[in-house]
Amino acid sequence: MTAGLNLFEQQARNRRLTVAWLALFILFFAWLGFGGDLAFYLAAASRTEGQVAYRFPWIGVVVTSIAAIVAWVSWRKGPQQVLWSTGARELVAPQTLEEKQLVNVVEEMAIAAGLPKPKTYVIDDPDPNAFATGRDATTACIAVTTGLLAVVNREELQAVVAHEMGHVRNLDVRLMTLIASLVGVIVVLSNGMGRMLRGSGSLLGGRGRKGGGPLLVAAAIVFVLWVITLILAPFISRIMAMAVSRDREYLADATGAELTRNPGALASALQKIETHEAPTTHIKEGAAHLCIADPLGRDVNLKDGRLADLLATHPPMAKRITRLKGMAFQQLKAAGQLPAS
Amino acid sequence: MGLIVFLIVVVVVLVWVASAYNGLIALKNQTVNAWKQIDVQLKRRHDLIPNLVNTVKGSMNFEKDTLQAVVDARSKAMASGGGVKETAAAEGALSGALGKLFVVMERYPDLKSSQNVRDLQEELSSTENKIAFARQLYNDVATGYNTKQQQFPTNLVAGLARAEHAELWELEDKAEGAVPQVDLSLQKPQG
Repeated sequence: MTAGLNLFEQQARNRRLTVAWLALFILFFAWLGFGGDLAFYLAAASRTEGQVAYRFPWIGVVVTSIAAIVAWVSWRKGPQQVLWSTGARELVAPQTLEEKQLVNVVEEMAIAAGLPKPKTYVIDDPDPNAFATGRDATTACIAVTTGLLAVVNREELQAVVAHEMGHVRNLDVRLMTLIASLVGVIVVLSNGMGRMLRGSGSLLGGRGRKGGGPLLVAAAIVFVLWVITLILAPFISRIMAMAVSRDREYLADATGAELTRNPGALASALQKIETHEAPTTHIKEGAAHLCIADPLGRDVNLKDGRLADLLATHPPMAKRITRLKGMAFQQLKAAGQLPAS
Repeated sequence: MGLIVFLIVVVVVLVWVASAYNGLIALKNQTVNAWKQIDVQLKRRHDLIPNLVNTVKGSMNFEKDTLQAVVDARSKAMASGGGVKETAAAEGALSGALGKLFVVMERYPDLKSSQNVRDLQEELSSTENKIAFARQLYNDVATGYNTKQQQFPTNLVAGLARAEHAELWELEDKAEGAVPQVDLSLQKPQG
């Protein structure tokens, strides 16, 4: 679906989506906070027959400020936290030939993309995988596992790094960092508020019945809606985050192929990554949507269909490889020649 | 009423001219910057070559010509002027000579297994790649710049922005593409 978009359309789309997510997030918290206030306000008003006993929207103000603070912190610290959680170490002074190659390849791809060189990280994990994170091109980090360095050749490593550089250039890293931090806040707050509610459920119960009337009904409706959003929010936000991430893999594949002008290398790299498939033990669920291949080795990513489309963070590997091979074929046809080596 | 409409039109046109002008200037600077990126990598290659030559000199006494070709191509490339065409030709010849040297080096297992040589070779082939990618970016950016100054209506302000056609770095097939083939098909292994 996004394969036809060019770079600038994709960047613009990512910027729009970033704004949309922020707006949605603010609205959600406004509802979470002030909706709760409204329910209490209506309940209080129904008890005291029009006299307002409950004025200041405490819940709204508190929830919104907590959300803003937590989101800001995870936006600033998110990339480092992801890297830290995977045990990645930054490659400052490469020692082995493989490490030197990695640093060189990252530099090459930064030049091809016309971007500053991202920081390079290595994760000691035998499963081949890679991911990119950061807020923009200047704070971007690219991490690969030692397993990847062991199985792929130079060309394939270049293709994988180009795919990650594609995420950086298309501003996917920014959107994914933002979404990860927002989803995190939603989950934390929804859990916390759920617990708080169980303690204070009596506020709306028994005592209110004396007053009764339409105000109390309204209060009950608002309250029920409020609780439902509270319960569903984590699931919905996760599913939305997955959809956003899945969409971007095809495009990063295409951008990577555009940078190296060598789609065949990425196809064979993906094939190697797939055959060595095993859960990447060092990469936790929080970073799964960032990786080039699903580190959790979930079957759902291999299938095609409604449920898979909803739950997978990555498109089916076979589909990605087929698309890349198609690109490689087109390239050969355009050049009118067979592979050089 | 007519005056207001006229003023609005004038303001709109001025805003457009300013934004088109700024867009062209931005593209021009991007093109210049992309060219500088190539320059950086070319310099790096020029710096690396003496190391390589010194390292392999001892083991490759029989391949003096190949080594000499690299040294000559390097000094020619360093002496060449700033134009896109001359640089492209001289650097293309240097790439060809280097490619030839790498092919010849394959015949010396001692050389290939030496850690020092392998590191140097990685550095040089990475630099070759960086040159190629910098060139790719330059050509993309320059094409965008050229297209913009020719397209209507931006072409109307091209003169104002002193926009000039940016020359692309064309690959010379005979210099770069064909060299490995020459080595593999025409040259018989010696000794």
